[in-house]
Amino acid sequence: MVVEYQKEIGGMMILIKSLKFRHIKNNIVKVISTLTASVGLFFLCWILYEVLKRGIGAYNWAFFTQLPTPPGIMGGGLVNAMVGTVLITLLATCVGTPLGILSGVYLSEFGKGTRIASAIRFINNVLVGIPSIIIGMFIYTLMVAPMKSFSAWAGMVALAIIMLPVMVRTTEDMLNMVPDALRESGLALGAPKWKVTVGVVFRAARSGILTGVLLAVARISGETAPLLFTVLNSPYWMKSLKEPVANLTVTIFNYAMSPYRDWITKAWGASLLIMMAVLGLAVFSRLLLRNKGTSN
Amino acid sequence: MIEKPEVQISIRHLDFFYGKSQALFDNNIDIYKNHITAIIGPSGCGKSTHIRTYNRIYELYRDQRAEGEILMDGQNLLSKEIDVIDLRRRVGMIFQKPSPFPMSVFDNVAYGLKLNYRIRGSELSDRVEMALKQAALWNEISDKLDNSGTALSGGQQQRLCIARAIAVEPEVLLMDEPCSAIDPIATAKIEELMLDLKSKYTIVIVTHNMQQAARVSDFTAFFYTGRIVEFGETDKLFTKPKEKQTEDYITGRFG
Repeated sequence: MVVEYQKEIGGMMILIKSLKFRHIKNNIVKVISTLTASVGLFFLCWILYEVLKRGIGAYNWAFFTQLPTPPGIMGGGLVNAMVGTVLITLLATCVGTPLGILSGVYLSEFGKGTRIASAIRFINNVLVGIPSIIIGMFIYTLMVAPMKSFSAWAGMVALAIIMLPVMVRTTEDMLNMVPDALRESGLALGAPKWKVTVGVVFRAARSGILTGVLLAVARISGETAPLLFTVLNSPYWMKSLKEPVANLTVTIFNYAMSPYRDWITKAWGASLLIMMAVLGLAVFSRLLLRNKGTSN
Repeated sequence: MIEKPEVQISIRHLDFFYGKSQALFDNNIDIYKNHITAIIGPSGCGKSTHIRTYNRIYELYRDQRAEGEILMDGQNLLSKEIDVIDLRRRVGMIFQKPSPFPMSVFDNVAYGLKLNYRIRGSELSDRVEMALKQAALWNEISDKLDNSGTALSGGQQQRLCIARAIAVEPEVLLMDEPCSAIDPIATAKIEELMLDLKSKYTIVIVTHNMQQAARVSDFTAFFYTGRIVEFGETDKLFTKPKEKQTEDYITGRFG
């Protein structure tokens, strides 16, 4: 198969390897990778299609404006859960983002090369991989049990903890992509390090970090397990952050398991809503990154 | 050179370490005021490492360390009492890769100014304009001050960096292979600029390009494996080198 032939190069006879085999190998890899990619894509499209088909039927004016009805009674909506999810996600983002970004700044700018930074990085990587239900249980023990009540606060803390390691990692990665030449130029002008970090390095990495925030928000807005242990759910408007608060993901969990057709449809509707929101965030973050080269 | 020029910086017994490995060995050299000193030598011989000690920029990296004396106005720049922020205001630096900040042309030049001086408004814009004129960039971009500095061409970016560095009026300007990433026309502009700037600043340039060293510099130091093999007036060093190694290098026999 391997056809080799000789050629004279600089007075020496040299065996030339056949190109044919390389072309064949290249094609095999190309076909396999294309196939596996299309399998993944197929399931993704299938999920999108099913959620869209089943969820769109739930949408009417009431779905977006009314409170849930008691079990078995048709009509009503999930407006309280929508507000609840947005609120808890926002609160968690307000806590998780600054903490995560500052820790990332420490790892990339101030602690770089120190043992404590590598310890933090290691723990952070472990934290990224911890199943969210464990964080739910942790907060249950830490907050819900002593306070003797499920609460929005507890949910907010759980989601913030889930968000934190993701933000730390993206921030560090994005800051690492900023060339050292930029840091050196700033310092060489007589700027103190924090000023170079905030005014130059951060500015160079801002669209990447913002993208990281959006993706982290997308991730926590779909979390269910930690909320089951912390905010639970509620069919009413929330009165305070110290009580269980309605939210979309736990509602999906409850409704989808129920025997009522109307609730099951609503669960699909809520799923579609979250999916679209996450998709929207993802598309928006892609646009941010695309504009990076030209706008900053 | 008819009379002996004034010394701006004296380097005495300078050693440099990357972790445990030593990169510079007993460097001794005088940098003369308002003259251009070129540092030449093969890749990895410590040229950049050497000038990176003058403004202590190496301190950004944890495992790098310099020992010896770098004397300016009688003070050892390497001593702990030296405020590096003040030092870097006095000793500016231009890097190999043009590194405009991700902000407008104006803000790039104003960055160091705002950092070091209490100025704003028209005074600030006058100083920015002056720096851009000194860097021979004003005519090309006077109408593009609000554009992003990163959107300029490579040669313009480098001149922007020069404008940014000279805006704070340093005494010494270190240039670490400033032309290696830009085309010959831009290089010619920067060389011309250096000759203009030397009346005001003391310039030290690291270069791979021996013609460049011969064209612009008054003094040349030849580095080899972290040691200064020969230092002297550029004309003499290039025409009548004292050392065999220098001769081999400048005639292209090695390196």
